[in-house]
Amino acid sequence: MFTYYFDLGMRSLSRNVVIAGLMILLFAIGVAGSVTTYALLSAVSANPLPSKSDRLFIPQIDNRGPNSRVTNDGEPDPKLTLRDANALRANQEATGQAAIYPIYLSAVPSDPSIQPVAAKGYAVTADFFRMFLVPFQYGSVWSKQDDDDGSNAIVIGRDLNQKLFRGENSIGRELPLEGHVYRIAGVMAEWNPLPRFYAVADVQGFERSPQVFLPFQRAINLKIATAGSTFCALNYQGKGWDDLVRSECSWISFWVELPDLNAVTRYRSFLSAYAEEQRANGRFNWPGYTRLRDLDEWLKYMRVVPTEVRISFIVALGLLLVCTVNTVGLLLARFMRRGADIGVRRALGASRSAIYAQYLVEAGVIGLAGGLLGVLLTVCSIRSLDLVFEAKIARIVHFDASTMGLAIMLAVVVALIAAAYPVWRASRIQPAWQLKAG
Amino acid sequence: MNIPVRPILSALTRHKAGVFLIALQVALTLAIVANAIFVIGQRVIYMSRPSGIDESNIVVVDNRWVGALTQEQARAKTAADLAMLRQLPGVADAYADYSFPAAGPWAMVWGISLDANQKSPTSFSEPYFTDEHALATYGIRLIAGRNFLADEVTPGSQLEQSTSGPIIITQDLARKLYPAESSLGKVVYVGGVARTIIGVISDMEVPAVGTRSFAYRSVLSPIRLSDAGGDQYIVRASPGQAEHVRKSLAAALYSVSRMRVIDAVDGVQSFHTLRGKAYSRDRGLVILLSVASIILLLATAGGIIGITVFWVDERRRQIGLRRALGAKRSDILAHILAENFFIILMGVCIGSLLAFTVNLALMHYLEMTRLPTAYIALGSALLLMLGQCAALTPARRAARMSPMEATRAAI
Repeated sequence: MFTYYFDLGMRSLSRNVVIAGLMILLFAIGVAGSVTTYALLSAVSANPLPSKSDRLFIPQIDNRGPNSRVTNDGEPDPKLTLRDANALRANQEATGQAAIYPIYLSAVPSDPSIQPVAAKGYAVTADFFRMFLVPFQYGSVWSKQDDDDGSNAIVIGRDLNQKLFRGENSIGRELPLEGHVYRIAGVMAEWNPLPRFYAVADVQGFERSPQVFLPFQRAINLKIATAGSTFCALNYQGKGWDDLVRSECSWISFWVELPDLNAVTRYRSFLSAYAEEQRANGRFNWPGYTRLRDLDEWLKYMRVVPTEVRISFIVALGLLLVCTVNTVGLLLARFMRRGADIGVRRALGASRSAIYAQYLVEAGVIGLAGGLLGVLLTVCSIRSLDLVFEAKIARIVHFDASTMGLAIMLAVVVALIAAAYPVWRASRIQPAWQLKAG
Repeated sequence: MNIPVRPILSALTRHKAGVFLIALQVALTLAIVANAIFVIGQRVIYMSRPSGIDESNIVVVDNRWVGALTQEQARAKTAADLAMLRQLPGVADAYADYSFPAAGPWAMVWGISLDANQKSPTSFSEPYFTDEHALATYGIRLIAGRNFLADEVTPGSQLEQSTSGPIIITQDLARKLYPAESSLGKVVYVGGVARTIIGVISDMEVPAVGTRSFAYRSVLSPIRLSDAGGDQYIVRASPGQAEHVRKSLAAALYSVSRMRVIDAVDGVQSFHTLRGKAYSRDRGLVILLSVASIILLLATAGGIIGITVFWVDERRRQIGLRRALGAKRSDILAHILAENFFIILMGVCIGSLLAFTVNLALMHYLEMTRLPTAYIALGSALLLMLGQCAALTPARRAARMSPMEATRAAI
């Protein structure tokens, strides 16, 4: 019976090609738009570290007073000053503490015919690698001792290792950077979580993988300036590194790992107590104002998902809705036009459910055709996302089996929903009335 | 020709489902398209705001020094680079800065006060750190006053950019600070430091692309910038030489000193390319919304054609009857078009409310501004016109039907 209905459906489609084609095309466009933008939205808003995102926290301390909050939506700076970062590091409450700032160094190959290469990365504390689950190809992170001494250990990225050492195990080798010689402690395997959650206040969230990691204290000792953003008071007039370090300018991203709720509560009160202490010793002349956000809240607060991506998803859903309403109208017209056929079939003894089945199959065929075309369009639109979105955002979306499945499923489900009312109307057609009118 | 409004309306009540579906589709389309056109308009204005500089001849080099340079070394090396650049054939002028118009999302922000003890600044602005070559490099017109003299420009870096030297401001900032009088020679305060305004230049866009309310309030501060890490070289090519200069700059700089990084891909770029990148999100959104709007309008037109064809077919006999009873072709045409007009009008009314609702939701979630009524009127007119065009073909087919054929043939 099904094959017969399928055959009928195909015949009916071929009878009114333009309208059927229009329906299928609109359907495909609606589906492709929705699936593409959904894939994009879920890729950019994906949790970068699902296994421990509720244990990683960012403390914020308002160190510039209520006036500075006006331009910050009433929030403290997203980063800390060096003195606050150091003070928080001295606290042992957290099981992991990562102080981070971006650096831009360069490596000079010994062969003078090769131009120096840029080595971008971060100055970090040793805990960084464990907290953010950084994978290593060779070696591992430097020790806590290196952290405190500001030793010359360094972790480099796979690409830089490829460029400088042809991908060999370079542990223990020396690497001159900016006039200082470093000893390679580890080579990172490819690691580039997107968005770059650990430093969203610096890059716009999506970049190429970092290639050098220096011990935080070492970078501070060498007075390596940050390559990222610095939040200062309006009209900050400091001169040089020493002023910056003593100033209320904030430029260090700081993370803590807190194993359970008790630890979170304790850390919160520690943070408030610290701010109050700063008030007591005269540094702040306002009530302590602090925040402690976990990774998820942090990404939402920092608006990592571009507005454009959200708008495009909403627009695509609207498009799908309009296409659905359109299909309902066209199917209704199509089925009612065949009122006489239905009348004859009913008069010859077909039951209502048989009419249901026949027309649902026909709608399903349209849905399936729309779905297949939709998959094709989805492939094209994901390929050409970079026409509309920045390359670094477009690059993180790929077409895979689940996207394909989603497209086909969405098409069939929406087609059946769209068909429900027209099919019901078709099945209600009174055989007698139709035969008489004909 | 008089249009039988009552019969049309009562006929519509016989097709509730079809009428409702078309009206709903029109309403949804209006709600989306009106908002989309609004956003497109805003972004297009924003994208096409002029930078105020000689865009087509400007090339920017992102120069990074290698090796931990001292301030003195960086100063000497930057000076050597600039001296070479200014001698280079095809180059009109050059200077070093930390940024340039519409460079990216970040910039320094200065508050400018008329009084040293003022609580909140009179205007926000964004500074450029320039020497006496900056005006010639950007091709900016000096409207009043004078350029910096070479000895007014003090050496500095991003970490040491404070000076009490004179400043040059844009016309827009001058108007904001001194609406009624000339700002030349006036003393203003930046972070408590008194600065004398010696020149007013034509409007020049600030470095941060996201700046909306003070996008043309730039301040030129006389600093000969040389950062130990490196700076941006802003280079102006002689007319017609920009492409040649862009290609030869990296090699010329490497021949002065090899100890630097100029990225092979995006180390040297024309201002046009950089500006395109800076506004790429806006451009992307404009393309996306335009395509979506066109598809929506086409879909709606298709839906209207489909349903109208069906209704005409369904009423062949009635149409034939009317023709036989003396109705003219134009009457039939007018009937179908009027019917279409009423349905779309209904959709447009619902759609207007829906458009405002969508706008309110977007204002809440996506930092949009209030949708002006003009956009809804525009969208409504567009849809009414679209509806008439879509219904025209089926309506003419109905009008062409001969009374004979219509009364004879049942189906």
